[in-house]
Amino acid sequence: MKTFTNMKTLAQHLSIVLATLVVAASVRTGSAATITVKGSDTLVVQAQKWAEIYMNQNNKVKIQVTGGGTGTGFAALQNQTTDLCNASRKIRAAEIAECIKAFGKRPTEYKVCLDGLSVFVAADNPVKELTLEQLMLIFTGKTKNWKAVGGADAPITLYSRENSSGTYEFFKENVLQGNDFAASAQTMPGTAAVLQAVAKDKNGIGYGGAAYGAGAKHLAIKKTDTSPAIEPNEETVVKGTYPIWRYLFVYINPALDKGEAAAYLNWIRSDAGQKVVKEVGYFPLPAHLREK
Amino acid sequence: MPHLRTNTNRSHGWMGLQRGHKARPVEWLAEKLIFLVSLSAIVMIFLIFLFVAREALPVALGRMNSSLVGKTIPVEEMEKHSPAELMEYLGLTAKQFQGMDKETLKDLMLVKLEAAAEAPTDKDAALNTTSWRYLLGAQQWSGYDKPELIWQPVSKIHKYNLMPLFIGSLKATLVALLFSVPLALGAAIYVSQLAPPRYKEWLKPAIELLAGIPSVVLGFFALIVMASFFQGVFGYQSRLNAFVAGIALGLAIIPGVFSIAEDALTSVPRAYTQGALALGSSKWQAAWKIVLPAALPGVFAAVVLGFGRAIGETMVVLMASGNASIVSWNLFDSTRTMTATIAAELAETVFGGHHYRILFLVGSLLFIVAFLSNMVADMVIHRLKSRLEGKA
Repeated sequence: MKTFTNMKTLAQHLSIVLATLVVAASVRTGSAATITVKGSDTLVVQAQKWAEIYMNQNNKVKIQVTGGGTGTGFAALQNQTTDLCNASRKIRAAEIAECIKAFGKRPTEYKVCLDGLSVFVAADNPVKELTLEQLMLIFTGKTKNWKAVGGADAPITLYSRENSSGTYEFFKENVLQGNDFAASAQTMPGTAAVLQAVAKDKNGIGYGGAAYGAGAKHLAIKKTDTSPAIEPNEETVVKGTYPIWRYLFVYINPALDKGEAAAYLNWIRSDAGQKVVKEVGYFPLPAHLREK
Repeated sequence: MPHLRTNTNRSHGWMGLQRGHKARPVEWLAEKLIFLVSLSAIVMIFLIFLFVAREALPVALGRMNSSLVGKTIPVEEMEKHSPAELMEYLGLTAKQFQGMDKETLKDLMLVKLEAAAEAPTDKDAALNTTSWRYLLGAQQWSGYDKPELIWQPVSKIHKYNLMPLFIGSLKATLVALLFSVPLALGAAIYVSQLAPPRYKEWLKPAIELLAGIPSVVLGFFALIVMASFFQGVFGYQSRLNAFVAGIALGLAIIPGVFSIAEDALTSVPRAYTQGALALGSSKWQAAWKIVLPAALPGVFAAVVLGFGRAIGETMVVLMASGNASIVSWNLFDSTRTMTATIAAELAETVFGGHHYRILFLVGSLLFIVAFLSNMVADMVIHRLKSRLEGKA
């Protein structure tokens, strides 16, 4: 155990030294290309990971990653203050129009990884599986008691995400069929917070990235009453048999999609870039969508 | 004597030279700099308000239209319309329009059509939900059984009703005041009137030290410790609610309320107390019946300032209130305040869009409420001071 932590700190030190060297080298030569990445908070950790690894391999490039939200990212893309925009949802028509007004073209869309959404309940909740329709009724507030879906006779407490999150919008569109969440749904600042709240509340139910795990039980989801219940895991999400999943995107101004930025985007979508996706909590793109 | 006349007619003049003093350019410069800095603070506040109000103005004046159903022009018919019509249709300025070639314009028209195709076929789609009627009044939306006040800004039909947020803010603030005012006032009376001087010496700074706790730490404490504790005591269903957030907010405003109330009580002349004591009242009677009524306007000001601080506080409510936009006066329901809504939602809105502007509208309302409450408190304190000094 001790040697393990030692190794870990050693690795940390090494990476810090390496990062300093990279920065020092780029300052000295002054010829390093800088790529700025801005946008979705969902993707920010993943993007930082990619940037870190890419910079370690390629000391000619400097990548600055910031979050702030998908909307902020698109605004920066329009103002041309960022090169790449991370997005946890598809770009809206109004935002495309703004981009065309700003630089005359539609931004190019790249799918960069997959995200499966799990539905969590407390570990001692007897309910093991739900259909998509039951989920919709629960989260829109029509089903109010666990008894109606085969659980104990207790009121359901809903935990949701802030409406600024891409996860919220995705769940709303794909599971609630566009209907409103019940007003009584408590909104949490992140998937980890939802998970923690559900773990503490035996009548709670919440949703979030499938790779977040410990503490609560992931429900198996049935598409319809008769279809089989599918557990969320890498195999079912990447194959598409698990019903609640989405793509995460990077958008770029087509005029900037060349040189170092294009090379970086290709690397993200290659096998090497996709290898690190699971560590952060997402799922890699299926093989046919990757760059060779 | 002529030099006396210049003396009565004193002017500050260039670096104080005319006053007959030795020139002190550094002091003169420092004085002017400080004046400039304080002036810039006022200008800054004014500019910030101007910015916030400017962003909110289109909604406040009813100039926004969130209706999702509109006339569309097919791309092929582009030639039939005059440039002015096209500019209006696409929302372009003349300069942008000049700079665009035909291909870009066509693309823009296409996007407009795509947006129209995405629009829901709901019966509410044609409503302009940003008008004041929907911002304040109840509406029976499709899919709901009865007219309701709903804040669902990210939705097929954007529902921007502000009432759930007002009620949420008021609920949390009310709990905060009910909790903190008796405590802060009691502490102020004790410290200023009853406590022996050596207690007073460390009690006052100790209470004021509470102000040094960052609100995010307070929020974290409320989220993890207080929420579970109160749920254990009262046994309500939702762990995070207006009550927990209100108590945490109360902790945040106690030092402010205490400090101002204590100042007001201390500024009552000693002669009042001494007179009462000489006439045979107890220390407590003198404090409660003589000093407190005399300082009442100052105490009122303290409460109003506490209100301003509580309604504007963000981090505590964001973390501890549960943030569900329910319309209910039950203190044990989760609640969503105006400040938390702005903090949580602004980052993902489309810049310049309806949601963005409505959040700025909420911001300017908060600004106005906080400004008014501070102004009222300030005026009341000023009046109290001059009354106690016998000027009014």
